[in-house]
Amino acid sequence: MSTKTIEEKQYLVRFKADTKSHLTVLDHDICMTKCPDKICTIFCPAEVYKWEGLRMQVGYEGCHECGSCRIGCPYQNIKWEYPKGGHGIVFRLA
Amino acid sequence: MSEKFDVIVVGAGPAGTSCAYTCAKNGLKVLQIERGEYPGSKNVMGGVLYRKQMEEIIPEFWKEAPLERPVIEQRFWMMDKESAVSFGYKGLEWGKEPYNNFTVLRAPFDQWFAKKGVEQGVLLINETVVLECLTENGKVVGVRTDRPDGDIYADVVVLADGVNSLLAKQLGYHKEFRPDEVALTVMEVINLPKDKINDRFNLEDNQGCTIEIFGDSTKGNLGTAFIYTNKDSINIGVGTTLSSMIKAKLKPYDLLDYLKTHPMVRPLIEGGESAEYLAHLIPEGGYHSVPKVAGNGVLLAGDAAQLVNAIHREGSNMAMASGTMAAETIIAAKERGDFSETSLNQYREKLYQSFIIKDLEKYKDAAHTFEHYPQYFKEYVPMLNRAANKFFTVDGTPKKEKQKEIMKSFTSERGTIRVLQDMYRAWKAVK
Repeated sequence: MSTKTIEEKQYLVRFKADTKSHLTVLDHDICMTKCPDKICTIFCPAEVYKWEGLRMQVGYEGCHECGSCRIGCPYQNIKWEYPKGGHGIVFRLA
Repeated sequence: MSEKFDVIVVGAGPAGTSCAYTCAKNGLKVLQIERGEYPGSKNVMGGVLYRKQMEEIIPEFWKEAPLERPVIEQRFWMMDKESAVSFGYKGLEWGKEPYNNFTVLRAPFDQWFAKKGVEQGVLLINETVVLECLTENGKVVGVRTDRPDGDIYADVVVLADGVNSLLAKQLGYHKEFRPDEVALTVMEVINLPKDKINDRFNLEDNQGCTIEIFGDSTKGNLGTAFIYTNKDSINIGVGTTLSSMIKAKLKPYDLLDYLKTHPMVRPLIEGGESAEYLAHLIPEGGYHSVPKVAGNGVLLAGDAAQLVNAIHREGSNMAMASGTMAAETIIAAKERGDFSETSLNQYREKLYQSFIIKDLEKYKDAAHTFEHYPQYFKEYVPMLNRAANKFFTVDGTPKKEKQKEIMKSFTSERGTIRVLQDMYRAWKAVK
């Protein structure tokens, strides 16, 4: 079957997650008070970011390391590093 | 690791490996550092690899490289909700040596290419992140990695670390990119039996087809979708500038599913089995976004230098050509024993005299124009579809009258002056 949801899509991908996040939301208050759209929760292609009412949950384990959140956050509120060598996403095909 | 290298190449994509390969082939001591588990494990591309620039590095590479299909047909669709105006070119000569381009899957291809570099003497280290460039008196002298005792030194460091190029930003060679300078693209590899692909795309074994789709494929936003045929799978993807994605509040994977279920597209992938889902940024800022490419002891190549021609979907070829030019510059600099910015600026000159910067310059205003004036994708594509429908529907109206009606419908929708302005602006942006 061809996938229909982001969960199904993410299930196809191999991840070798580090124990430590390579993505850090610097100030959760900025998300809460200044960013009504929480736009990262929309454009992130892996649905890494989920707003939990008071803080931003960061599911770094499923990150594709594309860099969109670092560039697209309207408040430069995301610290973005590469995962430790050999960790993170492992593309097998394309 | 206290030994010193002639060259450290950061990244094992097409730019980095082209550079490392050529340097090693010419006797230089080369260290190539890749952060992924293997070369290609972090790299994504829609899938078209051009023959010319690859052949200049490894002649007749098609005889041994893991390629999918030589592309013999390129189709373009201006797609609306339930229709598409299409044009294209199919030429059987592209299916024979020396070929024009190939579809590839990057993980196997990049591993193969990096292995060719290793055979030339490149020392390749995987699973290692370069955290920063080491500098002494304003000259880059090496890199700091995330390994214990991870400082390594070289005469010159080549940053081929891809679109995010954190290292060039650290050096102050470019600011953080704006959301309109990058395209966020997502794609799926969908497995489909070879004979189904051949039937649906009118191909024989070892013939490939590419389709670029504009208009409703991005819901009218600035971007494109693509369908590329592999041997027994299909790459299907869609991307828009990150700024368009933000403005339209699009979820990229929803857009991909919109494409996959579009009535014009669905029959091509029907029954397929998704095998992988991938997201990546493409540097599409073009000419104006190219950063400083040569400094004291350091060069930038490939995506890290923003070398992508989005209009012609060329990127990996520019990566390879720039990596080769970087290598040629380094070889000459080594002979001079001079790795200063003045010496390495030869690379900049090569780049700016080549097709790479000339092509980027040709389209320097294109992205900006189409981003700023959304009518091209939002309004003209549907208008074109309505016009084609009207023209080709046989309803007893004389053709001359039809032509008149079509012209009138164009100008009445947007106004004669605005249509002329739009045409002139588009022509100026791509002339």
